[in-house]
Amino acid sequence: MGRLGRYLNSYTEAAPLAVFRLFFGIMMFASIVRFWLNGWIEKLYITPKFFFSYYGFEWVKPLGGFTYFIFVICGISALMVAMGYKYRLAIITFFLSFTYIELMDKTTYLNHYYFISILSFLMIFLPASAYFSLDALKDPNKIFQKIPRWCVDSVKLLLGIVYFYAGLAKINSDWLFRAMPLKIWLPANYDVPFLGDLLQQQWIHYAFSWSGMLYDLLIPFFLLWRRTRLVAFFFVIIFHVLTRVLFPIGMFPYIMIVSALIFFSPQTHHRILEVVSGIFKINKSRFDNARKLVFAPLTRKITTSVIAIFFMIQILFPWRYLLYPGELFWTEEGFRFSWRVMLMEKVGYAQFKIVDGETGRRFYVDNSDFLTPFQEKQMASQPDFILEYAEFLADHFRKDGHKNIEVYVESYVALNGRKSRPYIDPEVNLLNFDDSFRHKTFILPFDDEIKGL
Amino acid sequence: MKKISSFLLVLTLIFSACSSDDGGGGINPDSFDREGMLKNWADNIIVPAFANFSNSTQSLEDRTNAFVTDPSEANLVELRAAFETAYLDFQTVSMFEVGKAMELNFRNYLNTYPANVSNIESKIEAGDYNLTLPSSYAEQGFPALDYLLFGVAGTDAEIVSVYSSEKYKNYLMDVASRINSLTIDVNAAWQGELRDNFVSNTSSSSTGSIDVFTNDYIMYFEKFIRSGKIGYPAGAFTGDPLPQNVEAYYAGDLSKKLYIRALDNFQDFFNGKHFGSNERGKSYSQYLDYMESMKESTELSSLINSQLDLILSQAETLDTSLKSQVETNNTSMLEAFDELQKAVVLLKVDMIQALYIGIDYVDSDGD
Repeated sequence: MGRLGRYLNSYTEAAPLAVFRLFFGIMMFASIVRFWLNGWIEKLYITPKFFFSYYGFEWVKPLGGFTYFIFVICGISALMVAMGYKYRLAIITFFLSFTYIELMDKTTYLNHYYFISILSFLMIFLPASAYFSLDALKDPNKIFQKIPRWCVDSVKLLLGIVYFYAGLAKINSDWLFRAMPLKIWLPANYDVPFLGDLLQQQWIHYAFSWSGMLYDLLIPFFLLWRRTRLVAFFFVIIFHVLTRVLFPIGMFPYIMIVSALIFFSPQTHHRILEVVSGIFKINKSRFDNARKLVFAPLTRKITTSVIAIFFMIQILFPWRYLLYPGELFWTEEGFRFSWRVMLMEKVGYAQFKIVDGETGRRFYVDNSDFLTPFQEKQMASQPDFILEYAEFLADHFRKDGHKNIEVYVESYVALNGRKSRPYIDPEVNLLNFDDSFRHKTFILPFDDEIKGL
Repeated sequence: MKKISSFLLVLTLIFSACSSDDGGGGINPDSFDREGMLKNWADNIIVPAFANFSNSTQSLEDRTNAFVTDPSEANLVELRAAFETAYLDFQTVSMFEVGKAMELNFRNYLNTYPANVSNIESKIEAGDYNLTLPSSYAEQGFPALDYLLFGVAGTDAEIVSVYSSEKYKNYLMDVASRINSLTIDVNAAWQGELRDNFVSNTSSSSTGSIDVFTNDYIMYFEKFIRSGKIGYPAGAFTGDPLPQNVEAYYAGDLSKKLYIRALDNFQDFFNGKHFGSNERGKSYSQYLDYMESMKESTELSSLINSQLDLILSQAETLDTSLKSQVETNNTSMLEAFDELQKAVVLLKVDMIQALYIGIDYVDSDGD
């Protein structure tokens, strides 16, 4: 038996995973409720007349009034995950409903949401209800105090990838040597108590940029190492609370803080569960049966294979941008799903022109007729949005009886404080291009260089 | 590893130490006084501009009253002069569509053009109308007056004779008093609470005064100067020039003056120039300079100013009547449009980014 075999056969307490499941479920439930109460279901998924789809997922659309129903399902399944009630069913339902919501309109794309999607996918394969769950409470045969070590480690690995890749992405000349985009964002927080004036200082912008990069790169290792863990966790709290104060990033900081608990020892998690048991009058000792969860050989083979493939994809996928020519921040080809968090301040302006190819007659489109201000903002600086919107406009005006339609766009984009420059070739009929993963040749060159990864 | 962790620890300690040193205490000299900018906007520009405009609309109403009481060519000349003054002064307040003005749809009621002449005529004929309905935007305000004072008949004598009819008198009077009463409302709001609310709302969020106002200011330039005054009549959007879309179509020689007055005021506001004086206060231009002082400068404020200068000097070359400019040589109008478009990009992309202005009505999580 090699090292890998020994590793796969080593066991650890199930408590950390149980705590993770409990807090994850509660956080997700709170996120859904918060999203609803903010009126965002209505604003983001009911009001718009048009939705931007991910390539290959054009069939995923909001369902009008039934969209609320998807959020209900998502919220209930999150609670079931927290309680560990019908866990496998609950986490699969949560993964599907949450992912469906995220696929409905890519305008709302956030790395954080993608993180939740893939994390919940991973959790489908983990025995997170083996301990301190309703499932286990109802059927003592399902109680296992110990689970394979890799089950807990895979969550740590995913968190580690998120941080480390986010750190790698910050190793670029804009972030480190121009302190961009923090130089634009931080001074705008002039009304934050105590920090407001300080955030106007240049050295602060650089200090935040460099320490943010170091934090992301190093924090997974410091969390892993017992001797630095407590200090590292302190940093996790400081860092995420600070991001919460300075940027509109919703629940994510809390989710990350709570997730980082998984790096702590089983003893810590037992203490947490004792507190929870105290509150809810649960007899925690019932779960402490010292049983090991041993997967059947075939189940183990399939599960570990799926997880291995999952991580291979996670590790390789963010590098796909290397296959494209041009500046990544400019073209955004291979930008998403790569933990490139808070790297760009991009503002665009796109004026579409509909031309009758035969008569040459033309008119301009008022984007606010079709898009919400938020959608328009996202569309104007991202080529795949521009292309999809052009197709939509052509369909719309074709139905209105226009013929020989050609769609052109005059667009300008400013990136990280540079002066705006033309973005899409105004001479090309956008209808000549289909959306695909191939390089979009109609993007004009950036004519500048952002060095780094 | 331990070294790095203690390095990180030291780093945070430095942060927190500094924040209690600088941040807790007095005003940072390096920080831009945003409330000061809002004060300059309100006290030295917006409030005096509305007060001045309100005088003009009052005298417009008075002159209208004199004319309908005694319809003579002399009174018509006086009324037209009051109309011209008021219409020009409107260009100094039209961009301030926030607060009460937004609530009342002030700009739509006062300046939706082209006027709907056939509706105006049929309402006059029926003698039964309600100008407070949003559906009647194009039947009132300055464009309606433009028609009623210049286009309702051929010669001045014929126009005067039209106002022997009570129905025409009533309509003319109603349009003039409605302009005045709406203006009185907006002016009163600025004299009262609106000013204080505007100035004190220094929040950096998308509902703060700076964000809300900046969105409107830029939208005004794009939709009402670029598209309204030049783009639509020049047919920039359709390829078909439409002279009837010119502002002050019937008055003829007024349209270029209105365009230039609007441009001047837009630029003066950008530079924080006080209303009716050459003094300058805190402005977008200074705010941009402050924000840009932190990075390798692109001198955005001077780029914007020189583009606006260019637009103004091009505007001077146009025919005093933009209508005849469209009809005789529309190329100059399209050139004007192209220059305006360059300014739109500078404002809507570069300035929005440099000042980090949130877009209207959206608040969702970012990452």
